[in-house]
Amino acid sequence: MFGVTGDLARKKLMPAVYDLANRGLLPPGFSLVGYARRDWEDEDFAQLTYESVKQYARTPFRDTVWQQLSEGVRFVQGDFDDDAAFDRLANCVRELDEERGTGGNYAFYLSIPPKFFPVVVQQLKRSGLADPVSSEATGGRRPWRRVVIEKPFGHDLASARELNATLDGVFPPESVFRIDHYLGKETVQNILALRFANEMYEPIWNRGYVDHVQITMAEDIGIGGRAGYYDGIGAARDVIQNHLLQLLALTAMEEPVAFDADSLRTEKEKVLSAVRLPTDMVTGSARGQYTAGWQGGMPVPGYLEEEAIPPDSRTETYAAIRLGVDTRRWAGVPFYLRAGKRLPRRMTEIALMFQRAPHLPFAATDTKELGQNALVIRIQPDEGITVRFGSKVPGTAMEVRDVNMDFAYGESFTESSPEAYERLLIDVLIGDPPLFPRQQEVELSWRILDPIEEFWAENMKPEPYPAGTAGPPSADALMARDGRAWRRL
Amino acid sequence: MTIDLTDTTAGAIHDALTQARRRMGGPASGMVLTLIIVTNEEAQYDAVRAAAQAGREHPSRVLAVIPRKPKAESRLDAEIRVGETGPGETALLRLYGPLAQHADSVVAPLLVPDVPVVTWWPDEVAASPVTNALGAVAQRRVTDAAATESQSPQDMLLRLAEDHRPGDTDLSWTRATPWRSLLAATLDQPYPPLLSGRVEAEAANPTADLIAAWLRLRLGIPVSRSESTGPGITSVSFETPDGEIMICRPDGRTATLSWPGRPDRRVALHRRDVADLIAEELRRLEPDELYGETLRELLREPVAA
Repeated sequence: MFGVTGDLARKKLMPAVYDLANRGLLPPGFSLVGYARRDWEDEDFAQLTYESVKQYARTPFRDTVWQQLSEGVRFVQGDFDDDAAFDRLANCVRELDEERGTGGNYAFYLSIPPKFFPVVVQQLKRSGLADPVSSEATGGRRPWRRVVIEKPFGHDLASARELNATLDGVFPPESVFRIDHYLGKETVQNILALRFANEMYEPIWNRGYVDHVQITMAEDIGIGGRAGYYDGIGAARDVIQNHLLQLLALTAMEEPVAFDADSLRTEKEKVLSAVRLPTDMVTGSARGQYTAGWQGGMPVPGYLEEEAIPPDSRTETYAAIRLGVDTRRWAGVPFYLRAGKRLPRRMTEIALMFQRAPHLPFAATDTKELGQNALVIRIQPDEGITVRFGSKVPGTAMEVRDVNMDFAYGESFTESSPEAYERLLIDVLIGDPPLFPRQQEVELSWRILDPIEEFWAENMKPEPYPAGTAGPPSADALMARDGRAWRRL
Repeated sequence: MTIDLTDTTAGAIHDALTQARRRMGGPASGMVLTLIIVTNEEAQYDAVRAAAQAGREHPSRVLAVIPRKPKAESRLDAEIRVGETGPGETALLRLYGPLAQHADSVVAPLLVPDVPVVTWWPDEVAASPVTNALGAVAQRRVTDAAATESQSPQDMLLRLAEDHRPGDTDLSWTRATPWRSLLAATLDQPYPPLLSGRVEAEAANPTADLIAAWLRLRLGIPVSRSESTGPGITSVSFETPDGEIMICRPDGRTATLSWPGRPDRRVALHRRDVADLIAEELRRLEPDELYGETLRELLREPVAA
């Protein structure tokens, strides 16, 4: 694991490794080698791991599990361009092969900024770590090499290709695991179960019944300590390109012939290639930047006042786009995507808003409060599904009002769901790739976003919105022009 | 279960509510609305109690917004009650210092998704309800002109009438419902031509003004107001060529309907408490058009004594 001192490693990856061990899902002899610049011994790294596990692990802490896991924890100190250090790393894993019988299979987790990818990948190649050699220790089998990378997968189509080229020379495409942790979430995987394991949704899952789809990822936090990364990237590249377009793909795609990586990716790629941009970007998209305000009862600074943000930054912290999907199933059904920071609450959801009933045999006043039927998939928090429909209000009058029927994960499955990273890490170790986007998907989603980003860069300054509000007025106008409204955040 | 959170944030309150609900076995997943109560420390007890009672009919999340010490430093304290008084949940939000001016930032993350929001000012409402940040998030805004202390309730009602937007309502209109039902039932039979009407009530009674304006609007006859010692509205009467048709309620409990040439009939006509009123208001969540029309009538021509 490269970049072990980072936030992600401490808060998510190492606790996930422990949780997997605790659930008995790691192979015996599993070993974890940390690589970082810090001048540490194995014990220091073990201590850091111990602390992060204690603090962030989902499952209860058990000393025996930890003892067993910690025996395989090693640390190698060095810079990313340090030949000697990589040789030490190579030695270290070879020793582990022999001592702990790890079988020569290595997964390299690059939890580091993408600018270091080329040098690290070249080092892996140079030191021979990237080349699997069958030997006695591996039982004569050719062991595997896998590399795991985190978003961002570039910041546009060109850079995504560049990044891929860096990896491509050293690792074959099927060995590259791109982590989009959203795809590891139970609720996201449940979209597939909901759609394809049930009979009652699929018949209405099309333009005949669906009026429009809203996909939202709202965050209440600001950019926090991510200023260096976030500025110049913005909300659209940060989350729409990956998370929201993946959610769109899962919502809009046709049924895969089988639940395996290839079939799934084929369908996702197909639907992503059918995504159509708004003809007029000015009316079909919105861009905002939060200003100082009150969020959840605290005064918070505006984006331009955040630490390390240039005062003339044109980075957006809110983005909304109307997309079309040119397929027989979805022709004419707009997909509205929005993502933003410093919004009133943290919430990610997919909402299918259905058409109104073609005829209502009730008096107009009886159905005034009846909205559109809706099916809402809550990705986080309060994971679950809500179905909204009209129901008669008890009383002598025939009055119809919206009610909700709710499925909450936490109430139906009271055991806590595995964290996304647990699922994804185990998939990497097993080599099961359905939940990892392939380069083709990454390129397709950049193809969707690039024209928008280009247009924005030239023609649209982000519109200010006070922190704690639901986004800039232009986003509301975008919906109002179509006679629709965003769901309340 | 009561949870106290001091110096907290809206996010922490949301988490505490979710956890409390889980621990209680998820009793409140069928909540039908969020009720925001804008109140003060003195009046919150009665208002929250009334809301909890109304919550038996309408399971809801009640958010009581209570500003405290305007000069203090900004701080948010919350008192969360789940599963104590009814099927819903209640959070008392105490806002210290400048935070009180930004109550909407605390309330917005706590609104129950996908259900309507109602804002209720049990005491005086400072500005016009819809321009108030806590009113703007709601589809119904409930005020109570009769609870006004800084000016006469009638003046307050006129002010509300001037600012009226669809979705606004006032409890003095809700108080008129039983009277309106009884009056409608009384005239739901052949009746002699009505020459004029008169509503008799306590001096500062906005409900009487509304009933008078409503009668004028619906019957097209002059309707006057006269004063009595109460309680509330004591009688409504109509002049006809045959004599007087009158509903008289001197004790606030039972009304007597007198009709020329017929025996008197007695009808129960209780004055209702606030919990009943708010429960009635929450029953219908679309704008009350008739109330809007009545207010316009009241503005067009004040009800003369």
